[in-house]
Amino acid sequence: MSVSPAGLPARTVDQSSRAFRYFEQVFGVCAAEVQKLYHDPFELLTRAIQPVIWLLLFGEAMARVRGLVTGSMSYINFISAGILTQSVLFVAIFYGIAAIWERDLGVLHRYLVSPAPRSALVIGKALSAGIRGLSQALVVYILAGLLAVPISLRAVHLALMVLFIVVGAALFATFSLIVACLVKTRERFMGIGQIVTMPLFFASNAIYPLTIMPAWLRVVARLNPLTYEVDAVRALMLRGGSSDFGVGSDFTVLAVVFAVLVGVAARLYGRMGN
Amino acid sequence: MDVSRSPDTVSPAAGAGGSAVIEVRALTRRFGNFVAVDRVSFGVGRGEVFGLIGANGAGKSTVVRMLTTLLPVTSGGATIAGYDLVRNPGEVRRHIGYVPQLMSADGDLTATENLLLSARLYGIPFREIRSRIEQTLAAMDLAPFAHRLVKAFSGGMIRRLEIAQGLLHCPAILFLDEPTVGLDPAARHAVLGRLAKLRAETATTILLTSHYMEEIEELCDRVGVLREGKLVAVASPAELKARVGPAATLDDVFAALAGEEAKSPEIQAYRDVRLSRRAARSHG
Ligand SMILES: Nc1ncnc2c1ncn2[C@@H]1O[C@H](COP(=O)(O)OP(=O)(O)O)[C@@H](O)[C@H]1O
Ligand SMILES: [Mg+2]
Repeated sequence: MSVSPAGLPARTVDQSSRAFRYFEQVFGVCAAEVQKLYHDPFELLTRAIQPVIWLLLFGEAMARVRGLVTGSMSYINFISAGILTQSVLFVAIFYGIAAIWERDLGVLHRYLVSPAPRSALVIGKALSAGIRGLSQALVVYILAGLLAVPISLRAVHLALMVLFIVVGAALFATFSLIVACLVKTRERFMGIGQIVTMPLFFASNAIYPLTIMPAWLRVVARLNPLTYEVDAVRALMLRGGSSDFGVGSDFTVLAVVFAVLVGVAARLYGRMGN
Repeated sequence: MDVSRSPDTVSPAAGAGGSAVIEVRALTRRFGNFVAVDRVSFGVGRGEVFGLIGANGAGKSTVVRMLTTLLPVTSGGATIAGYDLVRNPGEVRRHIGYVPQLMSADGDLTATENLLLSARLYGIPFREIRSRIEQTLAAMDLAPFAHRLVKAFSGGMIRRLEIAQGLLHCPAILFLDEPTVGLDPAARHAVLGRLAKLRAETATTILLTSHYMEEIEELCDRVGVLREGKLVAVASPAELKARVGPAATLDDVFAALAGEEAKSPEIQAYRDVRLSRRAARSHG
């Protein structure tokens, strides 16, 4: 039976398949986030400053430290991949606070009252983190290019790079969303965010190779998804770059962790409005 | 027989039969030891406009958040548009629209983008999206502002956009939680006017809350009075006024009903009203 609110066309039978509708819901959530960036690119610009600072100050200074064994690679080459990944991570971690903000405003409820599966909402938000991540990556590419880092511009490398940035950003955005669902307030999230993000970054191969780590830290780093993201980014970003674990394994690890996190986040996100 | 107390006899098609489109059965919500909503039962017929009134903290939002699947119930239940609230929240969501007390329009998007997001979340057929958005915006007098960022809107415009969002998928039931709160008189008038038009022109069932009876009495077929989580009366605004006096405020209604509570005749009155309405509807 069709009911037709004031001046509106009656409901028509919706024949789109379930899978298509799911895709449309993911796309809708992601598109809305991208539209926001389009309306207010200022934040995107301010975030681009961070990788600039890291590369120019930290990267250039550390490149003078001879003790760091980075294989055949110069340190600035080595760390540019780490900084790219870091800036993607930092952008993604912001998603938890955005979710708390939406909860406080009430906007969250429009999502939760809709028939969209919670996982579609989570994935949509996560993929929009990927779009932000790509803009960060572009900044790092340009900057690294200016610093004479040998950037690989092979189409296959660039395509895989996009894939890894989107999956990596989505993974950490989802992780951030889970933290937000658990801690519930902005203040606590800020505290926890610091406590979590820094170790995530330092206990990885982002700014120094696994080989110089003490054994226990190496174990931690091997359990850290960021390590696999950096590993792949390093192989794909640099001309003659190589991967320790294999790009395929990197992707598998990231995809599996992402899927698990989406499952957890979907459950928690639905209860966030309580 | 009291259908509302025996969920198993309510078939999924019950809502489409033309009688109650919302059946609330002993709905209860606790926060810790605090009982925010205490065994609330009522029914709303198809096309009816039902108002829930009560002071701040009476439990209005908690009832609405449960009925819109946002908040799990502690006990009791409801049938919404023919679907069981607890067992089938997904289907319930498909058939309702919700305008929350807080914001539901995103200030960082334009009016059209907000509606586009809703259209995609609700799976509105691709070919229809554009025309539906245009028509809904026009119905809410927002057509000239279609491409403005919502953060530049006035409170009344935001509310009307939120109503547009809630109606875009043509829900059987629209829930509005304090739709006029924080609006100036002109904006209130515009919002209530839109709802009155909706009521006159469509079969959409409306459940709205308010803490002013005066404000919604013209709009509502019936109102339920919530007090400290309990539903203390359900009647037409005229009947409530007849009980309490023509110039009655919400406080007067409470005061009058408190005396009656011991005998609790209001539950009886509620049933009578519902049964008579149901009878009236089956003739119509
Ligand atoms: N999440 C919550 N946790 C604890 N208490 C709550 C929560 N939500 C509402 N309450 C309490 O329940 C009561 C009813 O709240 P609410 O339904 O928002 O009232 P109303 O909408 O009628 O103003 C209030 O006393 C409120 O403090
Ligand atoms: Mg309220």
